[in-house]
Amino acid sequence: MHSESKFEVIRTLVAILIALLLAFIIILFVSQEPITAFLKLITGPFSSLRHFGNIIETAIPLIFTGLSISVMFQANQFNLAAEGAFFIGGVVATIAAIHFNLPPVIHPLVAIVLGAVAGGIVCLISALLKVKWNASELVSSLMLNYIFFLLGIYIINYFLRDPNAGAMVSYQFKDNAMLSRLIPRTRIHTGLFIAALCIVLMYLFLYRTKWGYALRMTGLNQSFAEYSGINTVKVIIYSQLLGGITAGIGGATEILGMYNRFQWQALPQYGFDGVIVAIIARNNPVFIPIAAFFLAYLRIGADIMSRYTDVQNEMVAVIQAVMIMLIAAQGFLAKYRHKMIVKGAKQHGKLS
Amino acid sequence: MEEIIRMEGITKVYPNGVVANNQVDFSITEGEIHALVGENGAGKSTLMKVLFGQEQSEEGKIFIRGREVKLTSSQNAIEHGIGMVHQHFMLVPSLTVAENLVLGKEPTKGGFLDFDKAVEITKELSEQYNLIVEPEAKVEDIPVGKKQKVEILKALCRGAKILILDEPTAVLTPQETSELFRELIELKNKGHTIIFISHKLNEVKEICDRVTIMRRGKNVGVFHIDEISTEEISNLMMGKEMSLDIQKKKAEPKEPVLSVDGLSYFNVVGRQVLKDVSFCVRAGEILGVAGVEGNGQKELVEIITGLQVDYRGTINILDRNIDKLSIKGIRGLGVGHIPEDRMTYGVAELASVEENLISNRYDDSNFQNKLLMDTDTIDSWTAKTIDEYIIKTDSSKRLVKMLSGGNIQKVVVARELSTDPKLLIAHQPTRGIDVGAANFIHRKLVDMRDTGAAILLVSADLNEIMDLSDSLIVMYEGEIVAYFEDMSKVTEEELGLYMLGLKRQSEDEIGRCFHA
Ligand SMILES: Nc1ncnc2c1ncn2[C@@H]1O[C@H](COP(=O)(O)OP(=O)(O)O)[C@@H](O)[C@H]1O
Ligand SMILES: [Mg+2]
Repeated sequence: MHSESKFEVIRTLVAILIALLLAFIIILFVSQEPITAFLKLITGPFSSLRHFGNIIETAIPLIFTGLSISVMFQANQFNLAAEGAFFIGGVVATIAAIHFNLPPVIHPLVAIVLGAVAGGIVCLISALLKVKWNASELVSSLMLNYIFFLLGIYIINYFLRDPNAGAMVSYQFKDNAMLSRLIPRTRIHTGLFIAALCIVLMYLFLYRTKWGYALRMTGLNQSFAEYSGINTVKVIIYSQLLGGITAGIGGATEILGMYNRFQWQALPQYGFDGVIVAIIARNNPVFIPIAAFFLAYLRIGADIMSRYTDVQNEMVAVIQAVMIMLIAAQGFLAKYRHKMIVKGAKQHGKLS
Repeated sequence: MEEIIRMEGITKVYPNGVVANNQVDFSITEGEIHALVGENGAGKSTLMKVLFGQEQSEEGKIFIRGREVKLTSSQNAIEHGIGMVHQHFMLVPSLTVAENLVLGKEPTKGGFLDFDKAVEITKELSEQYNLIVEPEAKVEDIPVGKKQKVEILKALCRGAKILILDEPTAVLTPQETSELFRELIELKNKGHTIIFISHKLNEVKEICDRVTIMRRGKNVGVFHIDEISTEEISNLMMGKEMSLDIQKKKAEPKEPVLSVDGLSYFNVVGRQVLKDVSFCVRAGEILGVAGVEGNGQKELVEIITGLQVDYRGTINILDRNIDKLSIKGIRGLGVGHIPEDRMTYGVAELASVEENLISNRYDDSNFQNKLLMDTDTIDSWTAKTIDEYIIKTDSSKRLVKMLSGGNIQKVVVARELSTDPKLLIAHQPTRGIDVGAANFIHRKLVDMRDTGAAILLVSADLNEIMDLSDSLIVMYEGEIVAYFEDMSKVTEEELGLYMLGLKRQSEDEIGRCFHA
């Protein structure tokens, strides 16, 4: 590993440690039973198979949205429509899961492909608006999230709502459409394999294909990319299309793996959580599963802590915020890094 | 006279690991003009930035009149009476001279800038130091020589008694240089102390009292100017890396490769930057473009390489009109481009050396292995190229920003030259890099010419232009004002007259550069 990326890993770990330390201090102040609370937060998720299963279940959608945000961020496109794409992916998979009659395996795959297409379209809109009219993808994607949320809710309510169910939910999915469970007594589903496949494909795409190369160079320095002859307009479009597709797959997988009816009443926030995952993973697909697992672990830990002790699970928001701030702050540990560099120069005999 | 500044054991390591200053001692006597000389990359600017509080050194002490000081910001240095005029000017182009001068300490009236007062202050200073500027002119409209005067006045306005001038003559014509020297001597007579950075030794001999010589980040000697000859200074500056005069045989130009016919261009604010420019570059020749920066050279290069569109006129490369071609299309004709702005266009500094080397051929079919890129082929090609161009890096996967300036430029040159272009546009190919790298690049350009490439060399560095060009055009205010078919008949002084717009050849003489 190069010293530069080694330093980034160290920086991330230190940021996490400081965040946890800060969380502990706050718990110390607000709680009557700080030690128990902290122990629940840290060890709770590993205390039973069910809890451990919860981590994996939560990590799966985070992997998809983390990948989605990563590929767009690597191209320097700040498209947050991964949220809307994830949601629409779920809605479209719902339609397919209710209305189609297909054999097992084929059925969820078709539903997921359709969800992917729908998700791709959502993110593509921002890309086209940017290319055509130079509209900021950040702004347009935030607007699109609401448009597609309302569109999705409309579709569910008017065409797919089960009037016999007590709550505002869709009809039940066909049995063939659902992803099967992997481990008894948990809800870990075969979507885990789809996630793993996406990680590998995304890594290969970004670091081993010419399209990924063009995408990364555009993200690192668009002027340089243009000067080199790279078609950056194309990159801006396909990076976001790909981000949308990944988020769409995520939404479809989540719906078919975790539920038997569509039941989201609000945007599930996985798209925004994807930003956190991408930042922790430095937009590198290899680190995405670790970051997703870690975030899921924190969430589950906070849940358990709030159930057993007097500390609210909003605590996790504090930890996240501190972590992200420290990781994003370029200057954090810069002095330490500079010392390493000076030391390196001395070792190489450049200094006498 | 008393010692006014002493720097002891200054060591500065940049974030990329380059050791720019290595245990440097430096001392200035009050009232002298002190030359700081050294080749590009020797660490002169860095040492002065440390003195100006702009960079912090890892080790070392600074004393002003014998008292140790900590200079943690340029504000700090200004308070101690130190002023600096940078190599690249730091003025706001859209503001007037007077506004630039008072920036940061504006006279106000009712909370707003008191423009009349600012003009008055400017006039007063300008007269006091005999540095003539027009207070109400916009900075973007005045020539480089004037901008420099504004910079000097700006430093004086902030109370500078010690003035650091970083390569002030690099951007000036010989005529402007002598004017500057008169002004500097006047400043000295008024009691100011001046640190004068240069690598032109005749200038140093002309106006300086003492000289400090730097080589590879170290101070290698301090002398009274009459104790040492220019040869001796030069030997100390270069050490073993003696800059050899470029040996080249006479050019044998063949058919035109690039022909530019009636090119005009208006920039975004509607100013005409290029006016009916016509010329050809032939296979096997280096055509130099001389001129003070900002006379249309940048736009000319951007248009030929496809970075800029919306021009009028016709440009043909190897008899193909490039009007409808993308940048990739133009490169596809066999065009290489060494851009002026290394860090913006030349490299992605956060990408690796390898990734930077392949950016113009990453999609070549021999770099692909079905859907994936063929990393083995790419790795071995990269290793070969790094060797051939002597790029100093411990690994091809190292980020480009961790290299020194000279090595970064070698990455750019390696990428652009290794495609064996038929036409190379070289824009300031050696600006700000060390002699070793600069010599190497010059050598490569001449070799390319000898194998039949057409080279357009745009540079503000007169030495480079004079040494390398086979023939030469001079640009002034967007026009070609002179064409020299035979370089041996040109002197620097004469070029200066054309560059300043004081002289201009007849249309017939100029027209000869359009060989078609
Ligand atoms: N901001 C910077 N970051 C990294 N390296 C730098 C920076 N500025 C200068 N250098 C490197 O430090 C060395 C000395 O540069 P400089 O002080 O500008 O030399 P000089 O002014 O004598 O030409 C060069 O190798 C240059 O590439
Ligand atoms: Mg310098």
